Amino acid sequence: MKNAHPLLQALEALYPPERLLTRDAQLLTYESDALTAFHSKPAAAVIPISEAEVIETVRLCHQLAVPFVARGSGTSLSGGSLPIADGLLVALNRLNRIKSIDPEQRIAVVEPGVVNLHITHAAAPYGLYYAPDPSSQSICTIGGNIAFNSGGAHCLKYGMTSNHVLGMKVVLADGAVTEFGSDSLDGCGVGPDLIGLFVGSEGLFGIALEITVRLLPQPERYRTLLAAYDDLGKAGDAVSRVVASGMLPGAIEIMDRLAIQAAEAAVQAGYPDAEALLIVELEGEAPQVEAEFAQLQAMMRASGAFELRSARDEAERARIWKGRKGAFSAVGRLSPDYIVQDGVVPRSRLGEALTRIKALKTKHQLEVANVFHAGDGNLHPLILYDGRQPGALEKAEALAGEILALCIKLGGSITGEHGVGMEKRDYMPAMFSEQELDIMQALRRAIDPKEIANRGKMFPSGEAPALQQRGMHPLERQGVISRE
Amino acid sequence: MRHSITSDDIRAPEMAKAIESCVHCGFCLAACPTYASLGEEMNSPRGRIVLMKNVLEARLPAAEAQEYIDRCLGCMACVPACPSGVAYGDLLVSYRAMQEKQRQRPPLDAIARRLIRETLPYPRRFRLAARAGKLGAALGAALPAPFAAMLNLLPGSLPPAMPLPPLLPAQGEKRGKVAILLGCVQQALAPNINYAAAQVLAANGIEVHIPPRQSCCGSILLHVGAEADARELARRNFQAMPADVDAIITTAAGCGSGIDDYALLFKGQPDSAEAADFSQKVLDFSAYLAAVGLRAPLGFSQERRVVYQDACHLLHAQGLQREPRTLLRQIPNLRLLPIADAGMCCGSAGTYNIDQPAIAAELGGRKAESILAAAPDAVVSGNIGCITQLRQQFTSRGEALPVLHIAELLQQAYSHSAASS
Ligand SMILES: Cc1cc2nc3c(=O)[nH]c(=O)nc-3n(C[C@H](O)[C@H](O)[C@H](O)COP(=O)(O)OP(=O)(O)OC[C@H]3O[C@@H](n4cnc5c(N)ncnc54)[C@H](O)[C@@H]3O)c2cc1C
Ligand code: SF4
Ligand code: SF4
Repeated sequence: MKNAHPLLQALEALYPPERLLTRDAQLLTYESDALTAFHSKPAAAVIPISEAEVIETVRLCHQLAVPFVARGSGTSLSGGSLPIADGLLVALNRLNRIKSIDPEQRIAVVEPGVVNLHITHAAAPYGLYYAPDPSSQSICTIGGNIAFNSGGAHCLKYGMTSNHVLGMKVVLADGAVTEFGSDSLDGCGVGPDLIGLFVGSEGLFGIALEITVRLLPQPERYRTLLAAYDDLGKAGDAVSRVVASGMLPGAIEIMDRLAIQAAEAAVQAGYPDAEALLIVELEGEAPQVEAEFAQLQAMMRASGAFELRSARDEAERARIWKGRKGAFSAVGRLSPDYIVQDGVVPRSRLGEALTRIKALKTKHQLEVANVFHAGDGNLHPLILYDGRQPGALEKAEALAGEILALCIKLGGSITGEHGVGMEKRDYMPAMFSEQELDIMQALRRAIDPKEIANRGKMFPSGEAPALQQRGMHPLERQGVISRE
Repeated sequence: MRHSITSDDIRAPEMAKAIESCVHCGFCLAACPTYASLGEEMNSPRGRIVLMKNVLEARLPAAEAQEYIDRCLGCMACVPACPSGVAYGDLLVSYRAMQEKQRQRPPLDAIARRLIRETLPYPRRFRLAARAGKLGAALGAALPAPFAAMLNLLPGSLPPAMPLPPLLPAQGEKRGKVAILLGCVQQALAPNINYAAAQVLAANGIEVHIPPRQSCCGSILLHVGAEADARELARRNFQAMPADVDAIITTAAGCGSGIDDYALLFKGQPDSAEAADFSQKVLDFSAYLAAVGLRAPLGFSQERRVVYQDACHLLHAQGLQREPRTLLRQIPNLRLLPIADAGMCCGSAGTYNIDQPAIAAELGGRKAESILAAAPDAVVSGNIGCITQLRQQFTSRGEALPVLHIAELLQQAYSHSAASS
């Protein structure tokens, strides 16, 4: 079917052979994102180097009704950039130019394949930085960040990606090119928030071509505190205290024993030996930060921390964050496979959620490592399993399902930042009513009548790439959701 | 990553372990020079791991993956970048050794490879062959990139051999005792490096032995799939090196990291323990000297602005970041200048890989630019491959910037002529 495929013939005219990938060896490496439980082979992958190429590619897909998936660095943890079998994969990594930085207006205009951290590097000489800091910031792209409305440790204070995107040029799934927002910091302020619509749309509306982001002045002072606890629940309760006090730290993170061990092995961050570790970072103007830091230390002591450590210099602070940011991958040292969950619970119920997760893991006899953005109640339980054992993946998925059901029951959500993607699409009915889902579908069809952009993601069932997930969905088994 | 590796290669367990511990998170992509330059998954560490996995699982013919594995510089920048502790080096070295044995090569290639086996590891034969000319051109295509890079250094004529005495006594109070492993190609191409290293060590109160019966470390042969020959050479060194030294010193980054691979080379051999002991003892020149501490060098009479160029095989493969810098900072009137992207490969591994002129030129160009931006008076490195690459980059830009081995710079810093100049 290779060259007989009309799309491939058309693409051959558009791309030189080295940027039109069709061989097995090439496509195999694009089969999965960072959720390797799923894989699927596209008919081809293209590597555009100009906006015009992307636009023309999307137009061809629309014309020939071939589904496509945009891909940044493939660090999605939910199968968001999983290719569609026999569809087209559009790898945006060579669209990686920072087009301009305006230090006066504090904005940067970038292409979608620009790596998150590279914006901060480019802005540093002006004393500015790009605030959203997913743990994967050293490699994930702005395009992927937009699709998932990605967050990070410091989004507690500054908000997620959507709070930092001012303008966007996109090619919609039907090939139309349009611009949202404006370069001005106030935005246009008139009409519906179209940026808000596109950010978080998981690649279902089209491909972002150019993004204008907000830059912030680097904080004058950081103070970073490590608080060690002999119990995970206590650390959770400490977070509720900080929140209740009205203090707004830049970041509040929790890691449990397993996560601490893995991170320590990876980067020798100098973490204390504990059941749970709280990382709290204050940032802002020096006098205020110093005053609050004293207050914070007192609060942490009162919450039952058995040890407090504060970073003495920038190198120590960097090490603390390196351990935290590498923690997911470091868990690979403990187990050949894992599933990362991304549920959200109200911050006031954090301690309760953690205690219940502990009970669930005992029930399922699985190891779970916890490392998460505690400040906004965004849990990241990592469920460890060995995929070579028959039935292990299913068992892990069952536990994952129960954790998500728990999050919903406690009044939270199934995803905080990793997106629904392929992995959690069947949980959507547990979160949204049929009516809400219908509205989302109608919106999607209005923009993408042929449903070619990232087909099979986000919405329950539908046409899907070959999955390894088999049998009843865990939530089905529990009677939380059902299929007609 | 899950896998179903069935290969019965002796090093299959090491390869499987590396693959298993990879969680496909992509953190390594940020460190990889070939990914930086090509922006495609097949030319990234994560992609190469997937490819090797598929070949080992017999799902992909090795020939189809070859191009991408060949393009890997072996710079090991992906190793410290990986939070999951994937032993990419173990995977790559084992995989390449395995493939070399199975690879069908055109006859000319086969002849070239025989030449390599019988010439390169022996400095005397090598000098003869080199004098006969065209060795580099004949061997280049058949050699793994880093070695081809060294060969390309071959000038019209080689510098005169610089015979070293078997023993250089320690000057002043004796603080240690070492043996120098001379290495093969470097010793023929730039004999002054080992000469300088020996002198600097002696000036620091170290008794230096240079056993005449030693041979090449063998890693070059492991890379062309001649494992048994590689072990033979290594064994000669086990014999030749005195047992009662504090360390065996190497001045070639590639030898140091190659000897670290002895665990793989000697896997399942009766003398694997001896090999392990030996590789334990081998230390890079800068690591040893930094550990024993430098005796105050005279330094330079005028300020010298120096850039230290990290060799991948020291920085990433052996984790030597601070040590060489510590040494340089102790030289009076030497100012060490930082450069951008110091950890990025200079492309020396790829330069002469005939398939990769574009990547090599790009990496070399980037490195030259970031060095020149610091406006140094000299560049120092711990690896002949980098030295060659940078010299060529500077020459082609019309820059007369000297590029030295760190041992050579230290030698100058100890000599009175430099101090008074
Ligand atoms: C170790 C690890 C830690 C992580 N930590 C965090 C974290 O702290 N916070 C967080 O939020 N996420 C985190 N993630 C998840 C992931 O890094 C983010 O979702 C990131 O935004 C994905 O970026 P990417 O470039 O890899 O996108 P990809 O994975 O390639 O794609 C993600 C989605 O974006 C779509 N897409 C990509 N480019 C475009 C474009 N130009 N236009 C439209 N759609 C596009 C794709 O179709 C896909 O649906 C982590 C992942 C890993 C592996
Ligand atoms: S960083 Fe390590 S675990 Fe992650 S993809 Fe690279 S090799 Fe695999
Ligand atoms: S060794 Fe170097 S070139 Fe090879 S994959 Fe690792 S970082 Fe890339």
